[in-house]
Amino acid sequence: MNVIRAVGRLWLVPVTLVAWEIATRAAGQPFFPPPSATLARMGEMWLSGPPAHLLLTEQAMSDFGPSLARLFAGWALAAVLGVAAGVAIGCSPRLSGYLDPLIHLGRAVPPPLLVPFFLALLKLGTPAQLATIVFGIIWPILLNTIDGARTVDRQHLETARIFGFSTAQRLTRVIVPAAMPKIFAGLRLALSLALILLIVAEIFAGSGGLGYRLLSAQRTYLYADMWGCLVVLGLLGYLLNSAFLLLERRVLAWHRSARQTT
Amino acid sequence: MEHARVLRGVAGVAGFLAAAEIVGATGLIDDRFLPRMSTILRGAAELLADQEFLADARATLVAWGLGLLLTVAVAVPAGLALGALPPVERAVRPLIEFLRPIPSVAVIPLAILLFSDNLHLRVAVVVYAASWPIVINTIYALRDVDPLAKETLRSFGFGPVSVLLRVALPSAAPFIATGIRVAAGTAVILVISAELLAGGAEGVGIYIMEAAGGNRMDLMLGATLWAGLFGVLSNSALVAVERRLFRWHDVRAGAAR
Amino acid sequence: MLEITDLVHSYGSHRVLDGVSIRAAEGELVCVVGPSGCGKSTLLRSVAGLIRPTGGRVLIDGQPVERIPDNLAVVFQDYSRSLYPWMTAANNVALPLRRRGLDRRRRRDAAMAALDQVGLADAAEKYPWEMSGGMQQRVSIARALAYRPSLLLMDEPFGSVDAQTREDLEDLVLRVCAHHGMTTLLITHDIDESVYVGDRVIVLTRSPARVAADLPVDLGESRDQIATRQLDAFVRLRAEVGRLVRGGSPTPTVLEKH
Repeated sequence: MNVIRAVGRLWLVPVTLVAWEIATRAAGQPFFPPPSATLARMGEMWLSGPPAHLLLTEQAMSDFGPSLARLFAGWALAAVLGVAAGVAIGCSPRLSGYLDPLIHLGRAVPPPLLVPFFLALLKLGTPAQLATIVFGIIWPILLNTIDGARTVDRQHLETARIFGFSTAQRLTRVIVPAAMPKIFAGLRLALSLALILLIVAEIFAGSGGLGYRLLSAQRTYLYADMWGCLVVLGLLGYLLNSAFLLLERRVLAWHRSARQTT
Repeated sequence: MEHARVLRGVAGVAGFLAAAEIVGATGLIDDRFLPRMSTILRGAAELLADQEFLADARATLVAWGLGLLLTVAVAVPAGLALGALPPVERAVRPLIEFLRPIPSVAVIPLAILLFSDNLHLRVAVVVYAASWPIVINTIYALRDVDPLAKETLRSFGFGPVSVLLRVALPSAAPFIATGIRVAAGTAVILVISAELLAGGAEGVGIYIMEAAGGNRMDLMLGATLWAGLFGVLSNSALVAVERRLFRWHDVRAGAAR
Repeated sequence: MLEITDLVHSYGSHRVLDGVSIRAAEGELVCVVGPSGCGKSTLLRSVAGLIRPTGGRVLIDGQPVERIPDNLAVVFQDYSRSLYPWMTAANNVALPLRRRGLDRRRRRDAAMAALDQVGLADAAEKYPWEMSGGMQQRVSIARALAYRPSLLLMDEPFGSVDAQTREDLEDLVLRVCAHHGMTTLLITHDIDESVYVGDRVIVLTRSPARVAADLPVDLGESRDQIATRQLDAFVRLRAEVGRLVRGGSPTPTVLEKH
């Protein structure tokens, strides 16, 4: 039953793949290798390693490892900075008055423009890449956190005052949990943005990782490799988003249910 | 209240500039890498008289504007078609779900192979990347149209096309507009990434690379500042247009709350 | 125990409280009743220290209220916004007890005891949104009880629940307030309720609020939802409060008794 439903939902995917396969074979165009060739190349590149390493090859390790590490490090750093600053700004109308124009300006700067700057200011490689990612993705986290902290229900705050919560308690038990739904929305946006900036950063400031592999494949006419990178990046984006949604559903169970009942 | 907010904003910006200038003046940071704030501002001012920069800015703007126009022309009808025809939308959805997570800049290397003209290349990557928010917003907006409003019109004997044009499109319009605003931001990132990656003769990205090559950090940051200001202005212009066009939407949403 | 003297409060040029004086003795349950929008909530918020009144004095145990007193608890009308939806009932009740310097175990014990008193011992691990409105308001009351305040403020505590639940909660409040000997100030717009629950009923006038009357309730200690409401004294007092709330003048006979 489930299988039938899945087929009903997904039928266009195999159809597209087959059509793509036929079209690319007929065209014989080097830029567009048939999907079968791309898939074979992906297996060769990344999944022909020893079983002890879950079939992952050395190259898979050197392509995915640093990229994922940068992605998560940049995301985590932006999350910590963005949430901390956002709670502070959201709790103080005065502070947000002073900082609003600067935040809007910072958010509007297209992050790729700063890559050459970070490269000159910081070392080539990880520091410049992290700076690019953090600067680019901190804005949605910051703005969402500010909004969340600013709009905590007045009665939640008054209850905290009545029962004499300490400042720390008020922050960790009331304001941050209440702002959590919005913080999570910001974190999810930031995650997909982080993947984009990771690629930008690796292409410009990198010497390894998926972005680097993507560009070098293109430059060395390895088109199946290039397509392989695209496919794997799509899968990665899909997996990250799904994993995050799962986490969100778990952490914010109270939020969804609370909204359904009221 | 509003007055105090503006004053605070001005004070915040002035304070930031002054603080950056003072830090620069102490010599804690090597000003070859991070020039003094006054130098950056002077650089930014100089740029306004710099023919080369103006030509670069124009090239970027043209690619951005054309890309966005084409995106709207492609993505809104596509979104409307998918939103109005649920069976098609259901069939296509898995494809969208597989394509959308591909980080949009990753298609630039592919586009470099396909387009030899720089403008075409930039416009193409903009259309690819900026279409998603518009298509998705349009689909969701059409799905949320009040069925009663549609049935009312249908009961007066209007056909499906006029229902789409007279009810569905207007009530979906605010969400489509939001999608376009998001798309405008994405488009800037894509144009500049394409400039940085694919090179070319003109563009803000090219200008910044050259300034970086010539160690002119002041011009680089000055140009970045202008890009940021342009982003703020274009975004608030779009917000203002949305507010003006869709005042009824705000009122209705406010009343529903 | 509680002394409110000449309390005045204005929002801008709009005067809400116009010289309100109320006294409550130790262990007394005083109901404040008045027409909607007459400033009852402003009164409660001034007593709780949530706002600083424009003029007048509030003394609790002889101490002026300058910030939020630590021997006071509030039960708000809107339980769904006063309980934290991200915490279980037990954690909601236990959280304020940190201020009492209790360790985790004793906080937990106190929370369980309070939940038991309001008949929710089985629901300790439930989240507020898994409970009915009446249950949530009981958690809110348990939270106030566990905190062991000497003064309990209740702002329309039964305003958002259905009639049956409302009666149950009224009896619950009567029982626990008597049991703990807490001084309680209960604000309501419901005339019946004020007479049924209160030891005394204070009637406020239409905005700006003044005290129209201060009526003792001679219905004895134990009350019953059916029997008490049928007593002549109850019916007479209810009529009197109703007349006053609608802006009538006090009937001399009732006042004489005071």
